Amino acid sequence: MKRALVWLPLGAFALLFAVVASGLVKPADRTVHSAMIDKPLPTFSLPAAVPGKPGLGSAMFHQGQPRLLNIFASWCIPCIAEAPQLMRLRAAGVPIDAIAIRDTAPALQDFLRRNGDPYERIGSDRDSSVQLALGSSGVPESFVIDGQGRIVLQHVGDIRPEEVADIVAAVRNAR
Amino acid sequence: MIAEAGLAALWFAAALAALQLAMAWIAIGKSKSDHPELIEGLSYSSAEKGSASTSSARPEIVDALMNAVRPVAFVQGLLVLLAMSCLIAVFVRSDMSVLLVAENSHSDKPLLYKFAGAWGNHEGSMLLWVTILGLAGGAVALMEHRLERRTLVATLGAQAAIALGFYAFLLFASNPFARLDPPPPDGQGLNPLLQDPGLAFHPPTLYVGYVGLSVAFSFAVGALVTRDVGPAFARAMRPWVLGAWIFLTVGITAGSYWAYYELGWGGWWFWDPVENASLMPWLAATALLHSVTVLATRDGLRAWTIMLAVVAFSMSMIGTFLVRSGILTSVHAFAVDPARGMFILALLGIYIGGALALFALRVGTVRAGSTFELVSREGGLVANNLLLSVILGLVLIGTLYPLVAAMFGVQLSVGAPFFDKTIGPIALALVAVMMAGPLLRWRRDDASALLGRLTVPVGVAGAALIVLAALGGGIGVLPLLGLAFAAGLAAASVAPLWKRNLLRAPLFTWGMVIAHLGIAVSLAGMACDTAFKSETLVAARVGVPYHVGPYTVRFAGITPRIGDNWSALEARLVAQRGDGAPFILRPQSRFFSTPPTTTNETAIATKLDGQLYTVLGQPDDQGRWQLRLWWKPFVTLIWAGGALIAIGGALSLLGRLRRERRAALREEWA
Repeated sequence: MKRALVWLPLGAFALLFAVVASGLVKPADRTVHSAMIDKPLPTFSLPAAVPGKPGLGSAMFHQGQPRLLNIFASWCIPCIAEAPQLMRLRAAGVPIDAIAIRDTAPALQDFLRRNGDPYERIGSDRDSSVQLALGSSGVPESFVIDGQGRIVLQHVGDIRPEEVADIVAAVRNAR
Repeated sequence: MIAEAGLAALWFAAALAALQLAMAWIAIGKSKSDHPELIEGLSYSSAEKGSASTSSARPEIVDALMNAVRPVAFVQGLLVLLAMSCLIAVFVRSDMSVLLVAENSHSDKPLLYKFAGAWGNHEGSMLLWVTILGLAGGAVALMEHRLERRTLVATLGAQAAIALGFYAFLLFASNPFARLDPPPPDGQGLNPLLQDPGLAFHPPTLYVGYVGLSVAFSFAVGALVTRDVGPAFARAMRPWVLGAWIFLTVGITAGSYWAYYELGWGGWWFWDPVENASLMPWLAATALLHSVTVLATRDGLRAWTIMLAVVAFSMSMIGTFLVRSGILTSVHAFAVDPARGMFILALLGIYIGGALALFALRVGTVRAGSTFELVSREGGLVANNLLLSVILGLVLIGTLYPLVAAMFGVQLSVGAPFFDKTIGPIALALVAVMMAGPLLRWRRDDASALLGRLTVPVGVAGAALIVLAALGGGIGVLPLLGLAFAAGLAAASVAPLWKRNLLRAPLFTWGMVIAHLGIAVSLAGMACDTAFKSETLVAARVGVPYHVGPYTVRFAGITPRIGDNWSALEARLVAQRGDGAPFILRPQSRFFSTPPTTTNETAIATKLDGQLYTVLGQPDDQGRWQLRLWWKPFVTLIWAGGALIAIGGALSLLGRLRRERRAALREEWA
């Protein structure tokens, strides 16, 4: 018993060595894969973020038509860079809803006046709770959701001009 | 020329390390133990059998070899120091024909950062590592006179073996003196995050700690080779462990404060793999420090102490490896190169695997030390060791778990929630043991007498708990318990001095008291910061006041600033507490052109009861500025505690050395 025990540290080290060596031989894949693909959209209901535009609930995404859900904020600078691409998506016939993160109505109205308003509905997520439920870690992010409330695509970061076509295709294919 | 001289010095040092290893190997192989009774009746390994037959041959040659190992080790240390000085010289002179300088320095850089830039990169930091290793070996050769000669020679041989591998790594895979032809007009600059006075001191301090543990490792290997494990060996090893541990403590404390003010994230510990890499050797060294005391005082825990000495330096090497290889994502990974990673991994396999194999082969021949009762000073120290080992294991598992998960195709990261939840409770248990430990007697003690001695500390902890629970509603369980335990520990840690003549208490008792008090102070700081900090994040408009904690902070304006090698936008913040005198804070958003990087320079106001911490971020298009404000009550206690721990260690070291010198003098006179 005791004879075997003295070899235990060496055995533990051999295991550690194997783990580390495998980590060296096969470098870790550092691209972040969305864990939300093919998962149903979490149930939520958010109040209107700006007067004159309805709030947003998860029921909206169960009506048979694929939609784009954009997570943004008026205080977010990449969101300004993304705004023209959202306007192009809107022009291409993609219905877009939004969740505004930790925002106020006057700031949002100002943002929409400056950068355009592609949104049908905007829900106000004052404490980021829906954002976290969606597995989103920042702004902006966009989700393509098929007509049955299933997440098809999660796009992290702003949508670049060259990525607009991919998003349009993803919305088409989600039908 | 300087670069070539440095390279030559490095080659010579490597050659001397090889010589030192060979001489020690032959001398040990050909010599009989000075204490034949130690190995009598023990099983010889096959190699020993071979050498035992020739052991009587040419004793004067063996003697000469043994005597020559010391000077060789000393000269090796000097040569590698020369190599390091050459590297610093080419950095200070901004010699851009040296590849490393061109890649990591710039002629406009302030002198301090040219100096420190020598180790702000992979090759230079490895050279620093080896330099300290060589100097440590030289110091052992020069100053160690307590150890039996054979064990000392074996120790220096082990030290040379480690050095040889890392010399090879430098010379074959990371040559810091490589030339660049033609030389560029100027360098690419040093990462601005590293352009901080902290960089000049943090890595060398931490490395002295890391590599200082190599001495303990070599002592353990030496003792295993000669089977000489006992109180004398422990007394010889203790100052080296204590010294390395002091530097590790200072390095970790300083590193934590550096991350706190330089990164501008408002936190003081992030459980980043590299922070863990520095914490793991510290945990092992802390355990070793306590077990070596048992071995020195009571001749117990022989095998365990040897094991810990091996583990402590192994953790240092694993730490170095994790930092260098880039297999774990970390802010410190500046040499993401799998070939180098493989090289270091092979070295690790040889040294750690070899030491552990030697341990397994030899430890059976180390006779069991004296035994003790469960309730005794030894029992308390064993509990300390077990809890520290569990924490060490958890940190190791948490650090490497993403790697294991990646083997199974799962992608995840392990962060603060895991470490806080698992380590928090165990650390509190450790604090509880710490309260009792110093109040226990050696060998055997009475549980009810111990409880009597603990009345005041437990009372203090209980009172703190009740007061805090009544007043500070809504603070978490861990911070609450942390504060209560800190109060109890503070009371318990000074208990060994109660009713004693303070001037006549030995210096090492003072050291223990202050180090333990430091843990209490640091714990209180951590708990206070977690429980009571307040944070305000705003898109600030000029002229508008914002509130954080007890302070009102008015954003008074932005002005541009120019430094040696940067330009910055500086905010003027007027902070005021109640009706107190207003004061000005100037956080900056700094832009460096080589390499192009933006850093946030925090502005921190230190008050008696905490720190006001401000960070200036980016502007938006409407003239608003991201502004982060924190009020962190008593956060400074964290580092004050760290300093106390290190001071305690230093007093203890001083006390031990003084007592030994007195004992040596007494022997001479007797």
